[in-house]
Amino acid sequence: MSAAAVRERRVAGFGGLPLAVQERGDAAAPTLVLVHGYPDDHAVWDLVADRLAADHHVVTYDVRGAGASGVPDDRAGYRLEALVADLGAVVDAVSPDQPVHLVAHDWGSIQSWSAVTDPVVGRRFASFTSMSGPGLDHVAAWIRAHRIPGAGRWRAARRQAVRSWYIAAFRTPFAPKVWRRGRLARSWPLVVSRAEGAEVDARWPGPDLVANGANGVELYRANMHGRTAPKVPPTTGIPVQLVVPVGDRYVTPALLDGMERVAPNLVRREVGGGHWIPRSKPDLVARLVAEHVAAVEADRAPEPAPDRDVVVVTGAGSGIGRSVCLAFAERGSHVIATDLRAETAERTAELCRLLGGTAQSHALDVTDGAAFDALAAAVAAEHGAPSIVVNNAGLGMAGRFLDTTDEDWDLLLDVNLRGVIRGARAFGRLMVDEGRVGHIVNVASAAAFTPSRTLPAYATSKAAVLMLTECLRAELADDAIGVSAICPGFVDTGIATATRYVGATADEQDERRRAADRMYKRRRVTPDAVADAVLRAVDRDRPIVPVAAEARLGLLAQRFAPHLRRAIARIDLTPPTRPRPAEGSPS
Amino acid sequence: MVTMTADRPAPARRGQVPSADQLDAFRAVQQLTYRAAADVAATLEPGITERQAAAALRRRLEADGVDDWFHLPFAWFGDRAAFRHFRLPLQFLPTNRRLEEGMGFILDAAPVVRGATADIGFTSSLGPNPAVDRVMDDLAAHRALIVEEVRAGRTFREVYEAVDRLAAAQGYANRHHAYPGHVIGHAIEPLDPGPGIGITPARFGRRHLRSLARTIAVGRRERWSPLWSGDRRSDHPPVAGLWAMEPHLGLRGVGAKFEEILVITDDDAAWLDDDLPHVRRWTERGITATGAR
Repeated sequence: MSAAAVRERRVAGFGGLPLAVQERGDAAAPTLVLVHGYPDDHAVWDLVADRLAADHHVVTYDVRGAGASGVPDDRAGYRLEALVADLGAVVDAVSPDQPVHLVAHDWGSIQSWSAVTDPVVGRRFASFTSMSGPGLDHVAAWIRAHRIPGAGRWRAARRQAVRSWYIAAFRTPFAPKVWRRGRLARSWPLVVSRAEGAEVDARWPGPDLVANGANGVELYRANMHGRTAPKVPPTTGIPVQLVVPVGDRYVTPALLDGMERVAPNLVRREVGGGHWIPRSKPDLVARLVAEHVAAVEADRAPEPAPDRDVVVVTGAGSGIGRSVCLAFAERGSHVIATDLRAETAERTAELCRLLGGTAQSHALDVTDGAAFDALAAAVAAEHGAPSIVVNNAGLGMAGRFLDTTDEDWDLLLDVNLRGVIRGARAFGRLMVDEGRVGHIVNVASAAAFTPSRTLPAYATSKAAVLMLTECLRAELADDAIGVSAICPGFVDTGIATATRYVGATADEQDERRRAADRMYKRRRVTPDAVADAVLRAVDRDRPIVPVAAEARLGLLAQRFAPHLRRAIARIDLTPPTRPRPAEGSPS
Repeated sequence: MVTMTADRPAPARRGQVPSADQLDAFRAVQQLTYRAAADVAATLEPGITERQAAAALRRRLEADGVDDWFHLPFAWFGDRAAFRHFRLPLQFLPTNRRLEEGMGFILDAAPVVRGATADIGFTSSLGPNPAVDRVMDDLAAHRALIVEEVRAGRTFREVYEAVDRLAAAQGYANRHHAYPGHVIGHAIEPLDPGPGIGITPARFGRRHLRSLARTIAVGRRERWSPLWSGDRRSDHPPVAGLWAMEPHLGLRGVGAKFEEILVITDDDAAWLDDDLPHVRRWTERGITATGAR
């Protein structure tokens, strides 16, 4: 992204205080005013502003006390009334005739809520995109409402209180001194890049960081305490887009619940990411802003946030995959059923539609990387990133390791392991790029943690899936994408009738398959039970979900009885090739 | 005529296949029961409970001359018709679940008239329900499959497994697995004409249960089972007699079944009657016996 040309100017703010204003892009294009938070200055917006400058007149400015703007003489100079008046002055200067689109982050958003609900200044705005900053009147009402116990309100309040530690710290006399001592400012770039994934450069956090941090403390001191919030907070009718990064360490998503009372015309978009998304996800923020502005400019209602999950399932033509599709369809999700055999996938889609969901089907060979990427692109074009991906397609293989050939290994690993890798990569990339809050579910097996001489190849492939799941879970945690492994025991899915027994003749193969299938049926664990486990994994964000008693016992044995586990591994579980005589036979 | 063949020794045949007159009596009771179920189903309204529906069907059948029961009527509404979340053996007994608009339901009754027994399952919905319709459509293939497999001399266990495979291919769960004994069907015994000797709390008639217990004992000796399931005891070639077949399919919370009598003779098998509501419905909808449209 090449930096757009920046035009600097100065505008007189409230009380004549000079404000440093920067403009990018064609002044005839729709004007966006971007307001930064604490302890930033306008440079926090650089990445987003450069992306928006091609099609918009993008305006940033340094809030009083920050960057190149003037510093008020006393605490009263930091009160919201002054901040709102500053914003009004900037808007009047850069777009005297047309209302502007407001975009604000953190403290910028707090003051912007006051601005858009202000009876005079509020008229100057066509739309508002708010990130990580609730209106203070709303916060006061939120705290009042959360004093009543029940419905998890106390827990939400406690969670937010813990994350608001710095507000109390800023009331102490030490806060500005800590900034001025310099050590915090020196480590700040590391903090925001490591903990927040924010992109740092020479201009952000820039040379003014110490002054921004020290002066900005007055924002909290002047406005957060001793303020009487009106009983009925003022409202605004402009279209508001509330971008909620679910990984925000400072503003919990729960604190933003009920903002639609302040702005009835509000769309809430939860996205993966932390507090500084203008720096960690500039593409996403720029796209959301541009879409919102485009909708408002065209007099369209902004696209509502998706109210249902888009679920992609591989191996959806039978067994667990099909049941998972049906379970999601029953909740009203949109299901994209894929299978090697197109007609079985379509049958699944048809059943999903009968259950009240919407569904489509695609033929997909999970060993074909290009086909995966093509599917991901098609899904992205039609629905955007999916919210849930279930990597389910798998093969069964049993028999001695010494009888397992290279070709056997290649086929098995290509489907069971690389199929999961391809799915997680193709869709995981989409989800991260779009900031989709979602979940990736990999169907592993109890064999992943239960060694057995009977299933060396299969168990190895599934153990790899389990480890991949754990690593991916760690990687995607900051993007609010959960990753789970489902580890079923013996489930009656038909996998037994398709399992390949290496080193067996065709007849033995058939007989073993039938015997294994009957054993699986006797276990009476249905694919529906696995589907319910998938829903549980998604809803509760569980890392590993065992299904059926043998899977739970295997997990316990792995932790507490490794010797027992190794002893069991030596038992040959290959089904006998001769059916045993029926019980109760006459002697 | 097809000769039954199997590589296993055929079990000793029990009793006679019912005479033509007896078959007429069974057919008449089956007709009577399906008619009653359809009539009662047509009167069901939102808010009625399973207990009330089952009681209405019982009253109606007793007024029609029913003098004993293999089992009293059952009624399953909504996802109970798919036996969803059934864990305990008696959860199939009627409850106070209320019928709602658009809900699927099943009425299941097994009355006896002068020693002849019917056992029927009637699936419908209150108002349109495309999912119930679809599962009922797809049951047509099971009706054809069962009789084909029996004619081919497959063991009962193999027939059970063939139904399982078809259900899995169609995408349905096998819900007869949740029945007592996991049966897809069971033998129907002709009883002496005469009144019953009471009903157990689980709604099964005592006279029939005794008869069934005797047959189970005989079956143990002769290596066959009057309870037609997927386990080893059913791994025997077809046994002549009357068999009430009840394939029951589930699609998450949607359940559908039919139940009717299959007549197995020494060398053939056929459904007792084709003039039944579900068969007429398939004909009207242009579904052939194979289930294809």
